[in-house]
Amino acid sequence: MKFAIQVNEGPYQHQATDSAYQFTKAALEAGHEVMRVFFYHDGVNNGTKLTTPPQDDRNIVNRWTELAKKYDLDLVVCVAAAQRRGIVDEGEMQRNGKDAENIADNFRISGLGQLVEAGIQSERLVVFGD
Amino acid sequence: MSEQIKKFMYINRRAPYGTIYAWESLEVVLIGAAFDQDVSLAFLDDGVFQLVKGQDTAEVDMKNFSPTYQALGDYDVTKLFVEKESLEERGLTLDDLMPLTYEDEDDDWAEKDSIKVVSRAELADIMEEQDVMFSF
Repeated sequence: MKFAIQVNEGPYQHQATDSAYQFTKAALEAGHEVMRVFFYHDGVNNGTKLTTPPQDDRNIVNRWTELAKKYDLDLVVCVAAAQRRGIVDEGEMQRNGKDAENIADNFRISGLGQLVEAGIQSERLVVFGD
Repeated sequence: MSEQIKKFMYINRRAPYGTIYAWESLEVVLIGAAFDQDVSLAFLDDGVFQLVKGQDTAEVDMKNFSPTYQALGDYDVTKLFVEKESLEERGLTLDDLMPLTYEDEDDDWAEKDSIKVVSRAELADIMEEQDVMFSF
């Protein structure tokens, strides 16, 4: 099965992020394809490398990065949602005259077209949120 | 832009203000319109408030994005299903909603209503026909 995943909620605040991760990991381990994970709304906060949870808790951001490295997973943060919430990569930093970037490894910032395209190209789009 | 046409439904269940879901959902709809899919929108639960006419957000200092719904017809987004029971549960009728129309190119550009009030059971049937459902 060819899946696409949409994450609509922020990390730690809401379990949607954890469920999305567990689902994605399980699907990949079972041999399915996950063609894209798209982070929208507060879900874009999954993609900041500045996240520093207590050491005895899971690191949600690093967890995604590790999964992406292992399975060559496409982690896409919505640019419009990211701009509102201060998630910035090198290109966005320069375009918007900021003095810092914070995008985590293996995440990329792109447009909503990537979400719609994922809906078209996947066999199942699975949305995690309220 | 795409080789196949799917039935896309955007499901709107939340009030227009208070959270950003309604506004960011509309942004997906507008971007998605460029992909030439078979698009419809569903409004249910507090989502029916998104279409209420006469919205005034000045006192809460938020952007009133409700005029954007008027543009949907120009984007060929012409199927807006509003759940009857959700309206009734909130003391609303069709008259409380913005009149949203489109010009039907297959019918000599006649102006037609985009909003269609459907029952909960009918909406369930419509959802059953969809290929992709975005819920916000």
